[in-house]
Amino acid sequence: MAESKTPLLDQLETGPWPSFVTEIKRMAPTKPTAQDLLGQLEVSYEEKKGHWKHGGIVGVMGYGGGVIGRYTDLPEQFPNVAEFHTVRLNQPSGWFYTTEALRTVCDIWEKYGSGLTNLHGSTGDIVLLGTKTEYLQTLFDEYSDKGFDLGGSGSDLRTPSCCCGMARCEFACIDAMDICHNLTNEYQDELHRPMWPYKFKIKIAGCPNDCVASIARSDFSIQGTWRDELRIDQEAVREYVNNGFDIQELVIDRCPTGCLEWDGNELKLDAPECVRCMHCINKMPKALRPGLDKGATILIGGKATILQSAFLGWVIVPFMKMEAPYQEVKDLLEKIWEWWDEEGKVRERVGETICRLGMRHFLRAVDLEPIPQMVYRPRANPYFFWWPEEVK
Amino acid sequence: MAKTDIGPPYYGDMLPPIIKENYGKWKYHEILKPGVLVHVSESGAELYTVRVGSPRLISIYFIRDICEIADKYCDGYLRFTSRNNIEFLLSNKDNIEPLIAEVKAKGLPVGGTGNSITNMVHTQGWVHCHTPATDASGIVKAVMDELFEYFETMKLPAKMRISLACCLNMCGAVHCSDIAILGIHRKAPVINHENLKNFCEIPTVIASCPTAAIRPNPKLKSVEIKEERCMYCGNCYTMCPSIQIIDPENDAISIWVGGKVSNARSTPMFSRLAIPYLPNNPPRWPEVVDAVKKLVELWAANAKQGERMGEWIERIGWEKFFQLAELPFTDKHIDDFTYAVTTFRSTTQFKW
Repeated sequence: MAESKTPLLDQLETGPWPSFVTEIKRMAPTKPTAQDLLGQLEVSYEEKKGHWKHGGIVGVMGYGGGVIGRYTDLPEQFPNVAEFHTVRLNQPSGWFYTTEALRTVCDIWEKYGSGLTNLHGSTGDIVLLGTKTEYLQTLFDEYSDKGFDLGGSGSDLRTPSCCCGMARCEFACIDAMDICHNLTNEYQDELHRPMWPYKFKIKIAGCPNDCVASIARSDFSIQGTWRDELRIDQEAVREYVNNGFDIQELVIDRCPTGCLEWDGNELKLDAPECVRCMHCINKMPKALRPGLDKGATILIGGKATILQSAFLGWVIVPFMKMEAPYQEVKDLLEKIWEWWDEEGKVRERVGETICRLGMRHFLRAVDLEPIPQMVYRPRANPYFFWWPEEVK
Repeated sequence: MAKTDIGPPYYGDMLPPIIKENYGKWKYHEILKPGVLVHVSESGAELYTVRVGSPRLISIYFIRDICEIADKYCDGYLRFTSRNNIEFLLSNKDNIEPLIAEVKAKGLPVGGTGNSITNMVHTQGWVHCHTPATDASGIVKAVMDELFEYFETMKLPAKMRISLACCLNMCGAVHCSDIAILGIHRKAPVINHENLKNFCEIPTVIASCPTAAIRPNPKLKSVEIKEERCMYCGNCYTMCPSIQIIDPENDAISIWVGGKVSNARSTPMFSRLAIPYLPNNPPRWPEVVDAVKKLVELWAANAKQGERMGEWIERIGWEKFFQLAELPFTDKHIDDFTYAVTTFRSTTQFKW
């Protein structure tokens, strides 16, 4: 047997966790691009540096986003990855698939790409890794014929994503998958044609557990919640306790507002104190359920550090009913985009624009009344502004 | 020409009949054992899920393999989680064990439910990114190999979410993870003046710097960097390839702890700096793996049942955390960026 050309990467084929190196190697015999990817990666492992150049502008007819240009800086050594572009395909809501749909993705990608993919990228798209410029239009045409469209990239609406919602979760307070599908289709132009200061992400979580990390990873976070009392099945609570469940230690003591009490027979809720954190429901899903008056809390501004700081999303609408066709949320989104598009600087996320100009300007622009739910506590400094009409 | 703007495939076409029939009617769920869930509907219907780890970067052959399994046991339906696990959706209970046997025979782990370490969210790293300070998939593989037992079991006090971003752009948004592994640069970038004037837009480059360390250099039709102001975010490099920040000698790894996104119990929290520097040591990053494992096990040994890493640390106090973790507290741990003062202590209440 010939000596291995990738001794460093080979070490990542050992150990119990499934190996991405094995996956690249599976494609290498039929795909010279995968072979060269492996070779270039080995060089990165030797030199401790990446070898991809900044992307140029590549894409398909009629779209400004969805494809990210990728070129090696070692084209002579690895000519098969001289062009190795990323294609983002818009995933179905909740990442549910039939095997037929997945095989369609594979078959087209086998013809035109490296055969390597991420299911899925951090934003949620089906990420296809590595194709040549000349194949882009053809592969898009074939995907489009089979019902797949591109996702977002660049300064546009990024592919919205959501949790599995009502499809497989009893906690879902809103139809996260339908909202995601509906908004994605409504805003195809915003998704495919970059025209904003920077990217804008929407994520939808069915409940405050936020399994899609919407508060941290999206500019516009929609999280399902309820505003009446959580529902308690006392018989089922007793069953948990009778089966040895330590309700005091695991539920009562962990309640952030101390609004639950267990008297040995009944679970009592001081409902106005409940902040709907989900902990007790998570621990006793058979006995506790969200209330019946369901809707969503909407938060703005979540993002990672670059440029001004990392932000968690801020509450702007504590409760909004979420019923198709979701006109209220669309009206709000469009007002936000109009303001941010007007006021935002290049590469400034909406949260940063709000920080720079002040939340009061933002709230006024999008017609939202300030309410205490928007802050932990009011300001402690006396440097506040008045609007011209408030003074003589 | 193909149709544009058709949007994603309709999710309704991807759902197994049992989900269509019980959509929005799920009553409760149970974890039958690590990696196996049952969701019970108000109608009494039972949907089983087997959760399986994946290396995330996968080949079409891998996808066809899992499709074959899904055809055999799940009538051709499966899904992926937000953390890159595969979920096989079964309506027939009898198929669970044969499916697990087949999945394991392919070398794939079953687990990632409840109080476990589930699959790591991560970025592209050296595999496919143009600005990485380190690799992504390789470190994830090395860390998951070491923490494998915590994927397959649920013996931890609570969920543990580990994530990795290969540079400060944080495409993996690691900033709210129980443990975050983050690639960092440690020196100001080097400017190629000759190229810069041809390839980069100077006002954009200047605007890209969060600390105003970049100013014009009209003589060279380029820019210059005030090095003492640069905190190596790499944003200028993202805007302009002629400002080279990648530096194999100095690029490194930092470790952050205590973040979460869920509202359960405590409010969502950012991850905070624990270890400012660990060397970039491919292919298996032993220092990083060791540090992460120690942090996981320290938390597991000390937290109360149900306490996430950040909740445990907030309860005992960060000063105690650094003591217990035997990590040096340095000037790197004291924030000096935009909202630094919000983290300074303004009380006589603290612990020794």
